[in-house]
Amino acid sequence: MSTLPDVDALRQSFPALAQTVYGKPLIYLDNGATTQKPLSVINRLKQYYKAENANIHRGVHYLSQLSTDAFEKARASVAAHINARQKHEIIFTRGTTEAINLIAHSFAQHLNKNAPKVLITAMEHHSNLVPWQQWVLQNGGRLMVAGLKPDGSLNMEHFEALLEEQPDIVAITHVSNVLGTVNPVKAITSIAHARGIPVLVDGAQAIAHMPVDIQDIDCDFYVFSGHKAYGPMGVGVLYGKEVWLDRLPPYQFGGEMVDRVSFDTTTFNELPFKFEAGTPNVGAVLALETALSFIRKTGYEAIAAHEHNLTSYGHQLLSRVEDIEFYGTAPGKEAVISFNIKGIHPYDLGTLLDKMGIAVRTGHHCAQPLMDHLGIPGTVRASMAVYNTLNEMERLAEAVNKAAMMLR
Amino acid sequence: MSAEQAQQQIIEEFSAYEDWLDKYNLLIEMGKDIPVIDPRHKTNNHLINGCQSRVWLHAELRDDGKVYFSADSDAVITRGMVSLLIRVLSGRTPDEILNTNLHFIDAIGLTEHLSPTRSNGLVSMIKQMKLYAQVFQLKTKN
Ligand SMILES: Cc1ncc(COP(=O)(O)O)c(C=O)c1O
Repeated sequence: MSTLPDVDALRQSFPALAQTVYGKPLIYLDNGATTQKPLSVINRLKQYYKAENANIHRGVHYLSQLSTDAFEKARASVAAHINARQKHEIIFTRGTTEAINLIAHSFAQHLNKNAPKVLITAMEHHSNLVPWQQWVLQNGGRLMVAGLKPDGSLNMEHFEALLEEQPDIVAITHVSNVLGTVNPVKAITSIAHARGIPVLVDGAQAIAHMPVDIQDIDCDFYVFSGHKAYGPMGVGVLYGKEVWLDRLPPYQFGGEMVDRVSFDTTTFNELPFKFEAGTPNVGAVLALETALSFIRKTGYEAIAAHEHNLTSYGHQLLSRVEDIEFYGTAPGKEAVISFNIKGIHPYDLGTLLDKMGIAVRTGHHCAQPLMDHLGIPGTVRASMAVYNTLNEMERLAEAVNKAAMMLR
Repeated sequence: MSAEQAQQQIIEEFSAYEDWLDKYNLLIEMGKDIPVIDPRHKTNNHLINGCQSRVWLHAELRDDGKVYFSADSDAVITRGMVSLLIRVLSGRTPDEILNTNLHFIDAIGLTEHLSPTRSNGLVSMIKQMKLYAQVFQLKTKN
């Protein structure tokens, strides 16, 4: 029990949680979309713009040096957070989506081949699907999609069978944003590597909930967004193994990423700058460092213990609601509860929950193929963070009951 | 009853309720009285884009020179919203439809649904109804 976080104290540092909506206390259960930010993160952003703002890697002046040092220190700190071997294996992007587009684009150029094959799963977010799909479509290739089991876990037999067809790359989510399923990315990487196939892991829904050890997973690319992990919007992380990042051509061209430019030719800067064209979101990078340090201070173990309590308690309470159906019940699933009530449209349910002060997401959650796979138009999704309480899960269940009564 | 009177009536009915949930309850109840679209017309052609839920809308110009709407939705709150629009706009001439300012939406507190980023498509429904009226207006003037 000693590992549980002091949630009441934690909540004090999240000003956004202390508000009322429609006269009711806000219950924020849309953390899969984005988390609220602790004061430390908000203050870090403020501090940057108040006292440190200058463009990086460019000036000879004091402030420029200050922000450059802070930026590079943040890179080292992100590298340490996920146990990357070297800090130049960390590339800052706008988010998960940009990071995946970067790899898909540069990998396609590097491979430069006809009929490429990409292996994904049926639970991918559009961001880890469309960039690959567009590449293979344009080159007469094939998107191979590994199916799911009824509990929402990956069908490993199917995955392994597809792997035998020797795809050019595997792109898989660490945690499903709809089902909460945690994929065995370490085992997957190991069997893909045995066939010489590189692996990209989409960690957007993992980084706020579980420790990520890049060397242990051994994947070639790992990507996540700051804003889903208590950090600011507009910053994301692309981890790439040095051998890969060295090999891949740049994604965008411009300032900062060049070594020497003439009208005839350009040589590119070294890693990580080769992949960071233009002025980055410096303030957000610094605040991301603060967000990750908030997570470490709270402790992944404590976060996971509390969030698993929330999830199983939520499941237990909601399962008493008549005609409720859950999507994603794989063992060890993350802090996401996706559900529908038979005969009730998720949009109706979400609208009434909103009026009761409860923020959930409804719809396809940017995973339309998964919805097709499940044969439903969408779900209601409650996604939890470390600052949610057991009491909020009770209020969620009460509200769902009440709304269902109105809608039947 | 004129379109304006229909709007006033709706405003009055909603003013009886303070609580949001009661207002939505009323909206859901009103959706049950919607002139339901003929299953024949419940096709993709009559589907309105921009909604998280599906909305089908049909319009016909009858001999009396007035436009009659029918609709349905798989979400009951959305159906309630269309039913309000139909109460105000159905059975009116194309001119009336085009000239009606739907102020009741603001007055009953559903303005938030008018935001173009809202996924229920109230804006798209209104646009579609006015578009029908425009087409019929051209027809009647020829
Ligand atoms: C699994 C997964 N991948 C990718 C993304 C895209 O993240 P972003 O919009 O921050 O680029 C999300 C966000 O919803 C996600 O849940």
